[in-house]
Amino acid sequence: MSIFLNENSKVIVQGMTGSEGRKHTQRMLASGTAIVGGVNPKKAGQSVDFDGAGVPVFGNVAEAMKETGADVSVIFVPPAGAKNAVIEAVDAQIGLAVVITEGIPVHDSTYFWAHAQGGSTRIIGPNCPGLISPGRSNAGIIPANITKQGRIGLVSKSGTLTYQMMYELRDIGFSTCVGIGGDPVIGTTHIDCLQAFQDDPETEAIVMIGEIGGDAEERAADFIRANVTKPVVGYVAGFTAPEGKTMGHAGAIVSGSAGTAQAKQEALEAAGVRVGKTPSETARLMREIVGA
Amino acid sequence: MDLFEYQARDLLASHGVPVLPGGVAETPEQAEAIAREIGTTVVVKAQVKTGGRGKAGGVKLADDAEDARARAQDILGLDIKGHITHRVMVAQASDIAEEYYFSYLLDRANRTFLAMASVEGGMEIEQLAVERPEALARIPVDATTGVDTAKATEIVDAAGFPAAVRDQVIAIAVQLWEVFAQEDATLVEVNPLAKAPDGTVLALDAKVTLDENARFRHQEHEALEDSAAADPLEAAAKEKDLNYVKLEGQVGIIGNGAGLVMSTLDVVAYAGEEFGGVKPANFLDIGGGASAEVMANGLHIILSDPAVKSVFVNVFGGITACDAVANGIVHALQMLGDEATKPLVVRLDGNNVEEGRRILAEANHPLVTLVDTMDGAARRAAELAA
Repeated sequence: MSIFLNENSKVIVQGMTGSEGRKHTQRMLASGTAIVGGVNPKKAGQSVDFDGAGVPVFGNVAEAMKETGADVSVIFVPPAGAKNAVIEAVDAQIGLAVVITEGIPVHDSTYFWAHAQGGSTRIIGPNCPGLISPGRSNAGIIPANITKQGRIGLVSKSGTLTYQMMYELRDIGFSTCVGIGGDPVIGTTHIDCLQAFQDDPETEAIVMIGEIGGDAEERAADFIRANVTKPVVGYVAGFTAPEGKTMGHAGAIVSGSAGTAQAKQEALEAAGVRVGKTPSETARLMREIVGA
Repeated sequence: MDLFEYQARDLLASHGVPVLPGGVAETPEQAEAIAREIGTTVVVKAQVKTGGRGKAGGVKLADDAEDARARAQDILGLDIKGHITHRVMVAQASDIAEEYYFSYLLDRANRTFLAMASVEGGMEIEQLAVERPEALARIPVDATTGVDTAKATEIVDAAGFPAAVRDQVIAIAVQLWEVFAQEDATLVEVNPLAKAPDGTVLALDAKVTLDENARFRHQEHEALEDSAAADPLEAAAKEKDLNYVKLEGQVGIIGNGAGLVMSTLDVVAYAGEEFGGVKPANFLDIGGGASAEVMANGLHIILSDPAVKSVFVNVFGGITACDAVANGIVHALQMLGDEATKPLVVRLDGNNVEEGRRILAEANHPLVTLVDTMDGAARRAAELAA
């Protein structure tokens, strides 16, 4: 088992014909993902060649789903069109919409999140690397060849820290790694992933990576205390970040006394989560737990 | 991007929110001219992006134009919590009968917008929220429906605005929502929203934060940027599209990915404790690609910081594998030539790491030290900067 994404997932790509979309569709195909179509209203009916494999382009998400049975969409549409792309995916009732696009205005992400409430679409991102269930499927831009299938679940706000952790623990392997993104408003949270990993029989232990800004880690700590019986190891980035400066991710900002790494670490430790001082120490803590 | 008060005031006024006449001045002479035009008692206010201006002597009343000139003279150049005052706003002074509070903001935790309103304005809202939470109405605003007159009425009544000003505040609440939504703001805060003795409700002070991700549909916001106050290195980095933040330490940092770079700063600071408190000198995320040109641009910025004693290049080779990153570093050093004068500690991990390390070892650049682990490399970089 894995969470949100498995070997049966049928994936379409919104924005497949753009340069980023094309590059990463190629990579997803290479890592074994079942890419069944692309969406671009201007190129509907055409087919894009990926090393001899033709991937059909559809005019909209609903049509792509009807023709292919797709249940996952990965969205590379640039910021100006991203809101409508997500709304289109939600209105087509696709099961999972993975929004890779960086730089979406927060009024747009807040809008599409509100629009998705009560619907049947899980949104991951925006501004995220997507998710991978190693050996099964890869929806997004996470490098597939740095780890293998295994028994750890990983949820992270940061892309490269996700890769670092996947690589450090590559001998143990992962059920699913989810990059939830570093924007102020995101569709799938640490808590959603913790719940899914708790319910996934294949996942034995969970790594949770957070960073400064907001209070998602504090709320995740409360959730862990009440609902998670599997061991959780944590890491928080941004102890040295100054107040009031955005550190790369739009959401990574300490405002006054809110959103500090210190507060997040303390909340996690109070909930019984062992928190590493560095990514490598975090990986070591996980090794102790899973006995590998 | 936080706006200055005068910019926020102009933005509010452009959406019809009632404000008092005034203008912004960079010299005492300009302040005098504005005060003369207003022709009444004026208030001269330091334009700095921090609170506590009044206590610091940054807000003064002036009886006439000459007085305004003198007060501006006092205030211009004033250091308020590390912010130097380059401009003052000169505005008509108003007697205040009552002070209220009104804001719209992004509520990250609930992934929605929030209206906050109170009839007890004037004080810091954080203080009010702690001391008298019942006096602060908090009403979620659905992003898909926004604030119309009915929603504004709900907010205004929840805060208990008096009947005498209710209709005025409802109209202002709708206008402020227009500012918030149409300008892509993440904060629009009016404090105080004041009732003048004649019963008119006015926005006397405002804070506005604009979303820089929305710049593609708000080219006009570019003019609101305070380029004078920006750190020169930050400004240079911005021109090269580099995500750079100047810090106070001695170890220059380059990495790929915001989370990894933040983590690198922390690991260097921990390691630096052993060497007399060595700290990271900057945040610099060169993104996933890590090409030679971007690497060279990044190194150029970092090496122009005189505080930097050593540089830590920390890259995880994911999409761009380590051999490409290593070639990037080698080429970047060639491009920089004599400009590269400080020791570089490089840590590479991830795809094709062996090949990447081999390329760097072969290049054998005298300034480059290769360390296998992030923790070890941080320690070495801190040691070199001590």
